[in-house]
Parts: sequence; C-alpha cells; structure tokens
Amino acid sequence: MSAETQTPGRTNWWLTGLMIFLSLSILVPLYLVVVTALKTPDQLTGAGFDLPSPVTFGNFGEAWRLTDFPRSALNSALITVGAVTLTLLTNSMVAYAIARNMHKKLFKGLFYYFIAALFVPFPILMLTVAKLTAQLNLDNQVGLVLLYVVFGLSFNVFVFVAYIHSIPRELEEAAIVDGANTWTVFWKVIFPLLRPMNATVGIITCVWAWNDFMLPLIILSDPRAATLPLQQYVFQSQFSTNFTVAFASYLLAMVPLLLVYVLAQRWVISGVTRGAIK
Amino acid sequence: MTATTQATVARGTPPTTPIRKRGIASRTPRAFYWMVLPAFVLFFLLHTVPVLQGVFYSFTDSPGYGPYEFVGFANYQALFTDPRVIHAYLFTFQFAIVATVLVNVIALAVAVALNSRIKFRTTLRAVYFIPYVLAVLVVGYVFQYLFSISIPAMAQALGNERFSTSILSDESLAWIAIVVLAVWQAAAFNIVLYLAGLQTVPHELYEAASLDGAGAWRQFRSITFPMIWGFFVINMVLALKGFLQVFDHIVAMTGGGPGTATESVGLLIYKGGFQGGEFGYQLANAVVFMIVIIVFALVQFRVLQREDTSA
Repeated sequence: MSAETQTPGRTNWWLTGLMIFLSLSILVPLYLVVVTALKTPDQLTGAGFDLPSPVTFGNFGEAWRLTDFPRSALNSALITVGAVTLTLLTNSMVAYAIARNMHKKLFKGLFYYFIAALFVPFPILMLTVAKLTAQLNLDNQVGLVLLYVVFGLSFNVFVFVAYIHSIPRELEEAAIVDGANTWTVFWKVIFPLLRPMNATVGIITCVWAWNDFMLPLIILSDPRAATLPLQQYVFQSQFSTNFTVAFASYLLAMVPLLLVYVLAQRWVISGVTRGAIK
Repeated sequence: MTATTQATVARGTPPTTPIRKRGIASRTPRAFYWMVLPAFVLFFLLHTVPVLQGVFYSFTDSPGYGPYEFVGFANYQALFTDPRVIHAYLFTFQFAIVATVLVNVIALAVAVALNSRIKFRTTLRAVYFIPYVLAVLVVGYVFQYLFSISIPAMAQALGNERFSTSILSDESLAWIAIVVLAVWQAAAFNIVLYLAGLQTVPHELYEAASLDGAGAWRQFRSITFPMIWGFFVINMVLALKGFLQVFDHIVAMTGGGPGTATESVGLLIYKGGFQGGEFGYQLANAVVFMIVIIVFALVQFRVLQREDTSA
C-alpha cells in the first residue's frame, strides 16, 4: 500500500502485535461508549465492559429529545461550515498579500503581528472578548464564526505564507502580462494552486470549530444557539445518574465527525501531515 | 524553461536588475492593501482590543459591570499572597510539564513503531489518530465514568483496596486521571506530526548504519532523533503552551475538585472572572499568566536549541 515509504526487509511481527495490543487503549473507551449506550440502566453492572443483552436502542431516542440533538447538531454544522468556508477564502488571501510583499515593512510587520498572537494565551482575552461580543450583538452563531476566522489567522497565515513562497512568481507574471489584475491573479491562478494547503487548513479549522467548547461557552448567550459540546455540558448535570442516556448522547455527539473521518481518513491524515512539514 | 532564461538574463545584465526591482516595489498594486485591511481591522478589534482592555481592567477593581476605580498594582500584589492562585499555578505547571513530556515520549515511540516494518500500518495509523477528531469535553465525560465507576469496579473484583475508590475524589491523585485524558487525546496529533518528521529522514542513512552493524536503538539515537530534532522542539513548545491553558479536560472530569485540588489557572480565571465578581482581579491573573507562558516558550526554545548545538 504505502510500499514506497516502507523500509525494505522482513515484517516485524512482534512489533505488529504490540502495536495492535496498544491500539486497544484507543478502542476500549470507544467500545465502552457503544456498549453503554445500548444497555438499560439495570444492565449496567460492574466495570461496564460486558456486551448488552438484549440490545436496547431507546437511549438514543431519549438522548435525541432531551438534548435537542437536531438543533445543536445543526448549530455546530452551520458554525463549522461557515468557519471553514470563510477561513479558506479570507485567510489565504491575506497570506497571499503578505507573502508577495514581504520586502515591504508594512506587510512584514503585519505578518509578525499575526504570528505574535500565537503566544498570547486565551484567558487574557476570554473575559473581555465575551463583553465585547455581547456589546456588538455578536453573542451568537455569527459572532462565533467570525471569531474562528479571525483567531485562526495567526496559525493559518503562517502555513499559507510558507506554502505561497514555494509557488513560482512566473505564473502570476504571465497572467499579469495577459492583462489580469491582482484580484484575478489571486482567484484564478493562486487560489487553485493552494488546494493542498486549503485541505490542511480546512481540516484543522473543521475539527477545531466542531469540537471547541470554550468559545461557545463564553460567547453564546441564547441557549438555543448551543453547539454540541456546549449542549453536552449543559445537560451533564441532568444526566448525573442516567448513564445509559448520557452515553447515547455522547455517541450522538461523536458520530458525525467520526463518520467523516472514517470516510476520508487517508485524506485527513495526509492533510495534517502536510501542515506539519511546511 | 522561462524561469531559467529569465534568471540567466537577469544575471547576465546586472545593471537592469535594480531598476526592475525598484520598479515593482514602488507600485505595489492597491489590491494588496484591500486584501489585508479587513483582516487587520477585525483582528485588531476582536483580538488586540480585548487584550488591551484586559490589561487596562487589571489595574481596576471592576467586577465586570458598573463603575470601577483604579487600584494600581493592588490586584497584582494580592495575587502573590492568594493561596488559591498559587495553588492553581502549581497544579497547572505540574500537570502541563508531566503531560508534555508523556505526550511527546509516547507519540514519538508510537510514530517510530508505525514507521517501521510492521503489518497493517495504514489501519493502525488511522486508529491511533481517532482521538484527534473527538471533542475533549465529550471524551472527558467518558473518562470520568471510566475512572469513577469502571476502574473502581475492576479493583474491587480483584480485591485491590487502593483503587476501589475513585481517584477523581482523591485530592492528591485526581490530577493523574486528567493527565491520562490529556495524553490520550493529544498523542494522536503529535503522532502524525512525528510521522511527518520521520518521512524527512533519508532511507540511505539507515541502510548505511545497518551495514555498519548499528542496532535499532543505536540507529534511533544517532540518526532518527537528531534528524527530527526540529520537530521535537516545536512539538514540545506547542504541547506545553496548550497544556498550560488546560480547561475542557478539567471541566469534564473534576470541575476543579475535589475542593480546588485540580483547579487550573484557566479555570480559575473563568470561574472568578465570570461568576466570582473578580473581573479586574482575574484579569491581573491573566496578565501574569500571559507573561508566564511567553517566558516558558522562550526558555524552552533557548534550552532546546542549545541542546541542539551541543549534541
């Protein structure tokens, strides 16, 4: 399969066995989620690792209704899609302008201004940004999308600029000779060439926006705007003893992105790898 | 083809080059300014302004609303004698350092194993990466169940006294459970980063080394590790920076308890600032915290880079 990266020689079966055994540390907690979600409360005895018999699906219905799953899943989906789309369209453009004008003080300064924010911890703006977004009427899904797009700039500009530096300028010059202006050059020549990096940034933004708990917690004021992780937090106290319904709701919250991952697993891993090498 | 010709022409005729360069530089298309302006304005408004406001309010007694007065450095002075704050810092350092070291050691070991001659590499790699796509908060609730119900039940069945009560309710052990969750979740991403680093090591080096009779451990120490040192430095710095800000893990597993045993700095700022009426005070805490994180990152870069030159 990935023969070209494989060192030639005999398969190390001892190590293969060890790695399969160690992968149980990943799989066992996930197994626990599935079997617990399929049990009735009185089947829940001991450590909880035994298989459910008989299997019950009622927990899912109850979790679905109780946590208002369709609404929070839709909120999460809209916020994630909005954040990813806007991030790709805007952050790559900012990076392009910076990368092609690095010799100018203004653009170089802007580059370091964005990068420096990587070392500013979130707690310093947590309290004030919550106040600010409330004053600006951005304490909702739109505000959240905006924050993901803006806060992502630091990291994204960094990886995009590195990638754009590797694109030869001749392509742009040829387009300019043909009469294209800067905007056309970016959208028609550069943006299509950024596809591999767009995949990387898209995946990272998607996982961040979908799973993030802290920003929704401090920004969203209307309970009906809650994302999946925030909804899990809100309902955790009500679940206190109702473990089977709680686990069904965890599974519901995990499944969408897990499904995407299983379907596009190779693509996701290579995307993240690309980001690391840049 | 075109590139080579142009380069040759430019090199061949030095006098024209500076003129051309100046020509381009002097007319930066205005479009470039429009490309960065909205981003700059929004970033300044939503990131820099809140940071500056935070610094401003850290010198006040503001509860987060209504009137406030300037108190100078009183908040900062109070921080250094507040046992809850000091404890939060000690807990956060302890947690972050242990988690950073464990994540990097484990991720590097797993990455090296996944990069060696084993079967089912693609499948195993996919499995080890699963935690990356799961929300820390949700996984945290599952781990809370594991630590508070599953493990005590197993310990009881085995007749083990020590672990038959949940370690989450033990003031001196609860942090270990949080480290386990943090490592479980963060190793995934770091494994992929290290795998990416391992791809950059040329195969010829290993071939030459094994011809010289170097064993696996010797090859790792003399080839692999020095070659991916850059990845190691970046991963250590990023992991520590991330773990110092730990929040979701603790909300899910202990809520900071028992008592305030597992209250991190981030959680303390959140609780005190939003619920405790300590807006100004916790902002002073946040300013100190920011300085601490920057110092940690700088020291780490220094130490790890010096290590590089001495190796």
